[in-house]
Amino acid sequence: MKLEVAELNSFYGPAHILFDVGFAVGDGEVVAMLGRNGAGKSTTFRTIMGLVSRRAGLVKFEGDEITRLPSYEIVRRGLGYVPEDRRIFSELTVEENFEVGRQKPRPGAAAWTPDRIYKLFPNLGEMRRRLGGDMSGGEQQMLSIGRTLMGNPSLVLLDEPSEGLAPKIVEQMAGAILAMKREGLSIVISEQNLHFAKLICDRAYIIEKGRIRFSGTIDELEAHPEIRDAYLAV
Amino acid sequence: MELLFVQALSGLASAASLFLVASGLSIIFGVTRIVNFAHGAFYMLGAYVAYTLTSRFAGPLGFWGGLLVASLIVAALGALMEMVLLRRIYQAPELFQLLATFGVTLMVQDLVVVIWGADDLLGPRAPGFTGAFSLFGRNIPTYDLLLIALGPAVLGLLWLLFHRTRWGVLVRAATQDRDMVACLGVNQKWLFTSVFALGVFLAALGGALQIPRTTVTHYMDLSIIVEVFVVVVIGGLGSVTGAFVAAVLVSELNALGILALPKISLVAVFLVMAVVLVVRPFGLFGKAERAPRSSAGTSFRPWKPMTSIERIGVALIVALAALLPLFAGNYALSVGSEILVFVLFAASLHFMMTVGGLASFGHAAYFGLGAYGAAFAIKFLGAPMGVALLIGPLFGLAGAVISGWFCVRLSGVYFAMLTLAFAQIIWSVAFQWVEVTGGDNGILGIWPSRWASSPEGFFWLTLAIVAVSVALLRVLVFSPFGFGLRATRDNTLRADAIGIDRKSVQWAAFIVSGTFAGLAGALFAFLKGSVFPETLGIPISVDGLVMVLLGGIETVSGAVVGAIFYKALAIWLMSQTDLSKLVLGAIIVLLVVASPKGIVGFIEQIRHRRPPSPNGAGSSAARADASDALGIAKMKVAE
Ligand SMILES: Nc1ncnc2c1ncn2[C@@H]1O[C@H](COP(=O)(O)OP(=O)(O)OP(=O)(O)O)[C@@H](O)[C@H]1O
Ligand SMILES: [Mg+2]
Repeated sequence: MKLEVAELNSFYGPAHILFDVGFAVGDGEVVAMLGRNGAGKSTTFRTIMGLVSRRAGLVKFEGDEITRLPSYEIVRRGLGYVPEDRRIFSELTVEENFEVGRQKPRPGAAAWTPDRIYKLFPNLGEMRRRLGGDMSGGEQQMLSIGRTLMGNPSLVLLDEPSEGLAPKIVEQMAGAILAMKREGLSIVISEQNLHFAKLICDRAYIIEKGRIRFSGTIDELEAHPEIRDAYLAV
Repeated sequence: MELLFVQALSGLASAASLFLVASGLSIIFGVTRIVNFAHGAFYMLGAYVAYTLTSRFAGPLGFWGGLLVASLIVAALGALMEMVLLRRIYQAPELFQLLATFGVTLMVQDLVVVIWGADDLLGPRAPGFTGAFSLFGRNIPTYDLLLIALGPAVLGLLWLLFHRTRWGVLVRAATQDRDMVACLGVNQKWLFTSVFALGVFLAALGGALQIPRTTVTHYMDLSIIVEVFVVVVIGGLGSVTGAFVAAVLVSELNALGILALPKISLVAVFLVMAVVLVVRPFGLFGKAERAPRSSAGTSFRPWKPMTSIERIGVALIVALAALLPLFAGNYALSVGSEILVFVLFAASLHFMMTVGGLASFGHAAYFGLGAYGAAFAIKFLGAPMGVALLIGPLFGLAGAVISGWFCVRLSGVYFAMLTLAFAQIIWSVAFQWVEVTGGDNGILGIWPSRWASSPEGFFWLTLAIVAVSVALLRVLVFSPFGFGLRATRDNTLRADAIGIDRKSVQWAAFIVSGTFAGLAGALFAFLKGSVFPETLGIPISVDGLVMVLLGGIETVSGAVVGAIFYKALAIWLMSQTDLSKLVLGAIIVLLVVASPKGIVGFIEQIRHRRPPSPNGAGSSAARADASDALGIAKMKVAE
């Protein structure tokens, strides 16, 4: 297993948000974390990344426990994170944004370079000197993903990569994620509905009100529309 | 015309050091969000260490090497401060970091005197730059020319550093969103420390470069820090280019202002700052803060009016205090009166800081205005004390009406800086308008009326006025006005949405606060029998801040305890040791690290932790981490 999460509980101040969340991601797998607005998808990712201070549970990455490591250390071990609000450095150029994300290459894998990322997202190649703040939402999303790839992760947590994007861009994004998968990356994607997940994911979890409600393949989920209707936006 | 040109050149030369120090402060603030009050202290240390090194090692290598090594040594000290002190308090509200660095400033002031003595020191001239050349019949030191060239050179180097190195790109990214930088695998700790070291290096270099121009003194820290604050605020916090432009602007204003308006030269700079901030609230090159961190209001326990038992307790304490004259001597009584005056002063500041979330760095302005108002009433009107005690607060009120109108347009650090600017404007008027204020000689002979002239009488009068005023302020906290004010503090947007006019409410709070500060100042004038520009000075403002923060920013009336503790300690230390500032500074630093909630907050925390709360999740959960919402990575795993 690439990533194993067990009995994750998180709090924002006094509010208990996650209840015994558990899931696992295999090597090279693309897994969806589905759930409605406010279900706890982002909180799950933030907790794994060590960004929620009140938390309990177990997070294992490549067999090592990383529950109590600081965020930067988690990233350096190869767990990349693309936050839902993209968090582009708007006053830095595209190239400089990449530079911030750059980390040591992973043994046995080709290092990500800006040029490789431009192949993945050709739009970005045309605006290397543009400031992050002067880019469209879709371009910023690509930049954010590219920036995380520069850290040479072996697993990436992608928080709603399709949110607010035009259909054409969503397609392009799906293509890029599949390309990342072909590179051997494991990926966890959070999404509100099935449409995008169907295109790229092998398996899915559904989270609702901070609890995992379903776990299975996309096909199983397709075969049970009542589950989808109960827990997902249509 | 020629004179103008020569003055302008000299202004440019002064701008160099100012720019170095200001850019350092700005860089540090950009990344760590800390307003490093100790920056002036590092500037001063740079000058002292450079003095020692260059006096020992002669020759060009000794001199230039000495400046460089001195700056490196001081930079290492700065990094040390960051590692052992600031790292512990990054999560605390901004003002605590300011308080901690202020504590360090106090310590350095005494240490410098211990190490180098109290006398001014004259360092060696720069080898190769000892001469002067003549321009329009005036002598211009060649060293000035060197400095003029140095400013842009350093600006260029910094630009290269920030745009052409990985470290620089990381720093710029962290200036914008430091948590995201951590989420990309960058260890913020070392980034912060290295940024701090660079900022302090620049400050120390700025100080070291001064030794061929001026004498090294143990009070050069406070004078530079005010100018540097002004520069970074005009230029925009976090912007190096802004620091450069503003340093030139301020230095030229100083240099040319002397020619144009010798009487109000000091005022000019602060007026420009006030205008800039009103027109561009984040400075010439600054950017709007993304999420302004509220300076107060992360209250872990809702405020409640006192219970009747608590009221009786307070009444008893006041009654006990009233018995003091029965057994205390005259000296103790005058100390007691002075403490009481500062209780009122601190309570007035506390009102706007913790209830209103408006942290003033220049509250001495209204204190001093009150003192001068009372003095004018006696001196020009021959009024009795009762009238003077009314006119004093009116002066405070008038000052607060004017400066408050400008200040409430800003928030956070910029608000604080603008209040500082106004205080300095009023200070410079008092200092320079000798005909009316007596300038440095002050106004003497402000004695109480006969009925209050005995130490006992004056103590009782002060106690009565202070007790009633503090009670009034407390009543205001729980009045509809107080609730409206707290709403603007806790959530500006929501307060706007429910129809509270934020600016008017905050302006009113500013005025209330200034009026009570004026009352304290008027009492102070009669206590001392005289008024000097120092009553308007930065040290008084800072004392007020320290008292409020020590008392506890999340409390309703913590300032009362903070004022008693701090003032009594300061007076006692002064009588016990020559190194009172060293001890006081160390105590402040320790308190900040040990209890960021202040003395009263600390006591309350203990008091309310004892009984286990019935609803389980109780107090520990209620002490919600406000920092969660800010997304600050913090390792604290729930059991
Ligand atoms: N900083 C915070 N403080 C308090 N509560 C929060 C905070 N962030 C999120 N929450 C709450 O936690 C719950 C889960 O939020 P989360 O952001 O994880 O949902 P999500 O599944 O990512 O939703 P979305 O699809 O809208 O992004 C929500 O009820 C939300 O209101
Ligand atoms: Mg989300």
